[in-house]
Amino acid sequence: MGFINVKKKEVQIKIVYYGPGRGGKTTNLDYINKKYKQRIKTEMVSIKTHGDRTLFFDFLPVDIGKIHGFDIKIQLYTVPGQVKYNATRKLVLKGVDGLVYVADLQQERRDSNIKALEQMRENLISHNKDILKIPLVLQYNKIDLKDEGVPLLTFQEMEQDLNQELKVPSFVGSAITGENVVVTLKKIISMTLISFRKELQ
Amino acid sequence: MYDVSLEQLEEIDAILKNDLLTIGVHCTIIIDIAGNTIAQIDDGRSSFDVTSFAALAAGNFAAVDAMAQLVGEQQFSLHFHRGEHESIHFSKINDEILLVCIFGQDVSLGFLRLKTDEVIGKIKKIWAG
Repeated sequence: MGFINVKKKEVQIKIVYYGPGRGGKTTNLDYINKKYKQRIKTEMVSIKTHGDRTLFFDFLPVDIGKIHGFDIKIQLYTVPGQVKYNATRKLVLKGVDGLVYVADLQQERRDSNIKALEQMRENLISHNKDILKIPLVLQYNKIDLKDEGVPLLTFQEMEQDLNQELKVPSFVGSAITGENVVVTLKKIISMTLISFRKELQ
Repeated sequence: MYDVSLEQLEEIDAILKNDLLTIGVHCTIIIDIAGNTIAQIDDGRSSFDVTSFAALAAGNFAAVDAMAQLVGEQQFSLHFHRGEHESIHFSKINDEILLVCIFGQDVSLGFLRLKTDEVIGKIKKIWAG
C-alpha cells in the first residue's frame, strides 16, 4: 500500500515484478540498477539461494523526483519465481501498489506463464486485491533469444494466453539487453500514480 | 494507499524520542507491512540504509508470522535478534504496522519490552484517532 508522508513530503510506492521462475524479474531490476545508478542511493538487496536463484525477494529503491512538491520514492521488488516458493510470493505481495508480470517468450515456457499468472490472481485475492483493478503491465521477455534460434511464441500468442481478459499494456522486451525494460517501468509507474490520484480524489 | 497527518507523525516522533531514545535505544523505526517507513528516529550515530532495512524487516516479520501460523500460533509475541554489538527487537503495533528498535548491550531486553508495550499503547491511540 502506498504511503504518503506529509512530514517528509514523500510518497512511497511498492511495485512488484512477478512471473514464472527464470523469467527475468531479477534481470529487469539489475538493468534498472545499472541504468539509473546515479539516482539509486543504496545497493540493491537480493536474498538468493546458493544457486543464485531468488529465495525471498530483490529490493531496489528508486527516487523519480518530485510531483507537487512530494518526493516520489518507488520501491521495486521481485518475487521468487520457483513454484515451491508460493508462500514467499504471497508475503512479498503484501501492500503492493502496482505489478509487472514478466512472462517468458520461449515456447517451452508457455504453461509456466499461464500457471504463474493464474496463481498471481489467487495470491492477490488473498490480499483482497483484484487483478482486473490493480495497475498491471505485462512484459514478454527474452526476445533476444530469437537471434539464437530458440523457438519463441509470437506476440499474438502471448496476448491470447495472458492478456485476453486483462487487456493491460504489454511490451515485448529483453531484460538482458534492456529492450523495453525502462518503457515497462515508466508505464507501471505512471499507471500506479494515476491510480493513486484517483484514490485521493 | 493511506496517509497520516502531520500532527500524528509529530506525536509519534515525540513518543519514540521520549520513551525509547532516552533509555538508550539507538534507532527506532515504524514500518508498515509493505515495507514503507512511517517514522524513524535515531540518536544521530546510526548510519545504515533505513529504506532497505525497512523492506527486509517487513519481509522478515511477515515470514515469522507465517511460520507461527503453520505451527498453530496466532503470532510469536517476542521477535528478537541478538548481535554482538547491536540487537533488533520487533513488535506488532497492529495488523498493519510494526515497531522496530535497534539497541546495544547497555539496554536490557526486559526493560525494552516494558517500554515498547507502553509505546505501542500510545501509538495505537494516535493511529486510531
